[in-house]
Amino acid sequence: MAAARSSMKGDRRKAMLWSYVFLCIFVVFTLTPPVYMLITSLKTNAEISAAVAPWWIFAPTLAHYVELLTSPVYLTFFRNSVLVSMLVVAITMAVSIPAAFALSRMKFWGSATLATGVFLTYLIPETLLFIPLFQTFVWVTEATGIELINRWWVLVILYPTLTVPFATWIMIGYFSSIPKELDEAALIDGASYLQILTRIFIPVALPGIIAATIFAFTVSWAQFLYPLAFTTSTDQLVLPVGIITTLIKGDVFTWGQIMAGALLGAAPPLIIYAFLMDYYIAGLTAGATKG
Amino acid sequence: MAKVTLKKLTKNYDDTPAVRGIDLEIADKEFVVLVGPSGCGKSTTLRMIAGLEDITGGEVLIGDEVVNDMPPKDRNIAMVFQNYALYPHMSVHENMSFGLRLKKVAKDEIARRVENAARILDITELLDRKPKQLSGGQRQRVAMGRAIVRDPKVFLFDEPLSNLDAKLRVQMRIEIKKVHLKVRTTTVYVTHDQIEAMTLADRVVVMNAGRIEQVGTPAELYHAPVTKFVAGFIGSPAMNFVPCALEEAAGGLRVRVSGEFSFQVPEDRVARYRAHAGRPRLIFGLRPEHIADQHQTAAANHRPLEVAVVVTEPMGMETLVYFQLDGTELCARVNPITSAPAGGRAKLVADLNHMHLIDDESGRVL
Repeated sequence: MAAARSSMKGDRRKAMLWSYVFLCIFVVFTLTPPVYMLITSLKTNAEISAAVAPWWIFAPTLAHYVELLTSPVYLTFFRNSVLVSMLVVAITMAVSIPAAFALSRMKFWGSATLATGVFLTYLIPETLLFIPLFQTFVWVTEATGIELINRWWVLVILYPTLTVPFATWIMIGYFSSIPKELDEAALIDGASYLQILTRIFIPVALPGIIAATIFAFTVSWAQFLYPLAFTTSTDQLVLPVGIITTLIKGDVFTWGQIMAGALLGAAPPLIIYAFLMDYYIAGLTAGATKG
Repeated sequence: MAKVTLKKLTKNYDDTPAVRGIDLEIADKEFVVLVGPSGCGKSTTLRMIAGLEDITGGEVLIGDEVVNDMPPKDRNIAMVFQNYALYPHMSVHENMSFGLRLKKVAKDEIARRVENAARILDITELLDRKPKQLSGGQRQRVAMGRAIVRDPKVFLFDEPLSNLDAKLRVQMRIEIKKVHLKVRTTTVYVTHDQIEAMTLADRVVVMNAGRIEQVGTPAELYHAPVTKFVAGFIGSPAMNFVPCALEEAAGGLRVRVSGEFSFQVPEDRVARYRAHAGRPRLIFGLRPEHIADQHQTAAANHRPLEVAVVVTEPMGMETLVYFQLDGTELCARVNPITSAPAGGRAKLVADLNHMHLIDDESGRVL
């Protein structure tokens, strides 16, 4: 008995040991690039080009950060990115929450097909879409005279084609996990469908809504291909494209600024993750029914 | 307060009939229980009264008003669900007041009604808690509180106790009865548990395969079932059924179970059964509680039996004895002191004053 217990303890210790080994590998693997970026961003240009010790800073400086944050061009990129991402999140949520509610709760002709269709839409690679989208924009410009190419706000129309299907799909899953009796109870209590959505479904499915929000924000913040294809003027660019196109001058890479710019650009999603994580993890449906 | 009337109510799911024509009048303040096995249409019937299910045919009236096309919120009903269906993000107080807040009832009126309902259900201390902080029984009380607060014309209960453990179920059953005595509201209660049905109901509606088998007080259903289904469904352990024949014999009637086993029909039943004499395919029914130990009674119409005991189940206050009679396994409820050992023989006596004869073809009790 004692032997069995100690061997069980040993098994557990071994399992823990292995988990830590793999976790360490994972941490090293994922954290190496950002750490390297941070180190490089704090070096002077001279030190970067000397390339003596890549992992050590001899004369730390915040010069690159100061330069970027006082540069109107970089701040424009930042502003464009923030505007685009926030508007995309708003549009995505405004479309996908009601859509998911309808698809998970109201049985209508073709609702099941539509739900699957929404997901299949997401499976189409975005790289296949930008050429037809570009052609559509040219066609719209010719037909109406409204210029759509090289306008930052066009991204606000474009990104939801990527975010809405997936966000809707996530929300359908969350809404479907809400017991049917909950809406029936609300229906009997006198709630309209809109009230069921706003007063029962949205609060109960908040973790799902936050997951979808994070997703939509990340997709639009980190999107590279579409802004590269659809925007060209410096004042219309968003961060990821802006850093590449303006900080690389010809064949001169201003590595310090590129790294600082990229790190600053990665900060907002991190802050949002950290802020929303608490809500995200909480299991809010507990207690609704027997469970 | 209102009566509820169902007229030729039917419901089909696609082409599958779930409810096949129900006629029922539920009086004001009455407590009616719909009981039956799963799939008998009892929940569907309740949901049609609630307005959660479209009506295929027939009419539902609440008060004197046909409510077929009225949305649930306008029917002035309250429903308690099997899984409670409490809003998880709201406190008990918010859960109970949700309907009133939607109706824009004045704040002090809401507070008064919630307090009153909480007092009736003894959940005043729980008002600030969230559903996940409550036990199953407390959640069910809150669900009832949510119904009481709205002061509806009709209470609808859909298997409200099925998720509770056995002991709590008995407690809550009594609780529901107490609440009904305090808050005299017309109540329709659905359950598959015949004991719940018997203990709670003013009248029980036994349903089977989308139809009503019998409507009656608990005593009527127990003593005078009209079909074999009701006879077998009400009462636990279930009524014993033995195939038999009915023959004329020396001025009276005899029930013949097999070649060697037969008995005289009690004299007061002869007139009732006379017309069926000579019919071969009948079923003799007798409840386990009407087969007792031999020495206990020796009144008229008691037929002694000597049987081989197969299994006994001691329950404490009584012992269930299972024995074979002509190839059919039967059950008797006997005094635990005198219970026979398994594998041994026992002397029992059947009280034929409580016998039933059933036509096997139609399933009707004769």
